[in-house]
Amino acid sequence: MTGAAELCYFAAAPLFILALRWMSSPETARRAVFSAVVAMGLAIGGTLLQPTIHTFTWIGIAVLAGFLVGVPLSRVPLTAVPERTGLSQAFGGLAVALVGIAKYYLWLQEGVLTPFKMGVIGGEVILGCLTCTGGLLAAAKLAEMIPTRPITYRGQNIVSFALLAIALALAGLLIYNPFMSWAFPIIIAIGLIFGVMLILPIGGADMPTVISFLNSYAGLSAVALGFVLENKLLIVAGALDGSSGFVLSIIMCKAMNRSVTNVLFGAFGSVQAAKALGEKKTAKSATSADAAQILAAAGTVVIVPGYGMAVAQAQHRVRDLYELLSKKGVDVKFAVHPVAGRMPGHMNVLLAEAEIPYDRLVEMDDINPEMPQVDVCLVIGANDVVNPAARSDSTSPIFGMPIIDADKAHTVMAIKRSMNPGFAGIDNELYYANNTLMLFGDAKAVISDVVKELSGENAS
Amino acid sequence: MTLDMLTALFVFMLATFLGLDIIRRVSRLLHTPLMSLTNAISAVAVVGALLLAGEAHDTLSTVLGAVAVFASTTNFVSGFLITDRMLRMFKKRETPKS
Repeated sequence: MTGAAELCYFAAAPLFILALRWMSSPETARRAVFSAVVAMGLAIGGTLLQPTIHTFTWIGIAVLAGFLVGVPLSRVPLTAVPERTGLSQAFGGLAVALVGIAKYYLWLQEGVLTPFKMGVIGGEVILGCLTCTGGLLAAAKLAEMIPTRPITYRGQNIVSFALLAIALALAGLLIYNPFMSWAFPIIIAIGLIFGVMLILPIGGADMPTVISFLNSYAGLSAVALGFVLENKLLIVAGALDGSSGFVLSIIMCKAMNRSVTNVLFGAFGSVQAAKALGEKKTAKSATSADAAQILAAAGTVVIVPGYGMAVAQAQHRVRDLYELLSKKGVDVKFAVHPVAGRMPGHMNVLLAEAEIPYDRLVEMDDINPEMPQVDVCLVIGANDVVNPAARSDSTSPIFGMPIIDADKAHTVMAIKRSMNPGFAGIDNELYYANNTLMLFGDAKAVISDVVKELSGENAS
Repeated sequence: MTLDMLTALFVFMLATFLGLDIIRRVSRLLHTPLMSLTNAISAVAVVGALLLAGEAHDTLSTVLGAVAVFASTTNFVSGFLITDRMLRMFKKRETPKS
């Protein structure tokens, strides 16, 4: 490796680190992207300087094709960002796996496969392959191209891990004797199958965690490639991504009060039947005119948005509501639960797209102590994250999950299509509480009506 | 294990600890852009792919290398662009209207 390339890599590593550092605040975050782009440019430039590269034809074609696909992929609607992320993890895994496969056959011919090199190639190819198919499947589940419910069968975990054990044993065999090349395609195949089996048993509600895990795998496969190529930049960048995915998945697990193993192997949501209610309870409903009046009279309003708001495309109407109320001097905040949306931080992006200022978005832990002083809590398309059963009912499947204490506000208003229980099939006490008013209907239509009432009042 | 590999393991360990520490400080508001950014950064694997496609040892490795260059390029191009697109949307409240 030439000195110039080494220097470029050496300069790129701290730029990647700074990039992640600058993601600590929205004010410096755009600098982060710039820094990462420069680092990537240095990495690519340094590599292209290598004298061993003697043809640029294939590189040129591949880069051009990458731009042609990559630019449209960056323009997807923000509700589709989770799918895009899954797809991009698949592409990352694919690239790593392909390089590993090519290196194995090249080094086999040259006779330079040391046991250590064979070991890291084995691990790298398994990781790359499982990230590839896992990412694809996660993207398909998130895009609802395949059923989002968990797909399980008896002994699933045993079968999955037996397969992985076979792959590792074969890799061990190759370390012992790299010339048993029949084993290598089997390792590739098992890696690909294992990725599918890892995602199949995971339900839609756990996708935010899984997509973070895949991020971690994608990072770790880059690390493994770094070991294969003895390239420290790959190791640094991959390790940063690996730890990022890991931290995010832990945050997601905590927000659902689940353990990591429970998410990965527990198949949440497959067996729970909706609990029958002991007594018939009635919920109070209100009209949008009532709602407008209550909101206009409030001093503080906390809006709890859920993914249902984004499904109904109501976020822009919510922005109108926010602006109208703010103009009337009402203090409006948005309480965002960590698992709202379909990937970590998804709800914040959806609200930011609707031009709601980010300093109005408040985290669960910060808003909960304030809830008893809040006049009106408006729940839009959220359900489980405001279900008081998580605090009080130890038989509830979501018991122990941290929730936004919507029920503690003086008045609660919840917009819902009907009284049907939510995604997890769990009934929500909140809707029957004395201080709760239900606004039945499509979130977008209801908010539009409320906005109309409010602005009409304004005009008169 | 060669001494160089041990150095590599050291680098990995240090970078992981650094990563865990830095990521914990990332604003929760920005977790989605963070994920697209790290996705784009893991496309640094393009380094290995470029070497394969450019050294052109034999047909197999050239083709695999070129496909890998394509996959990584797609990743960092779309990853960086979409991260920037999302970050541009995060705005503070405008100065209060009169």
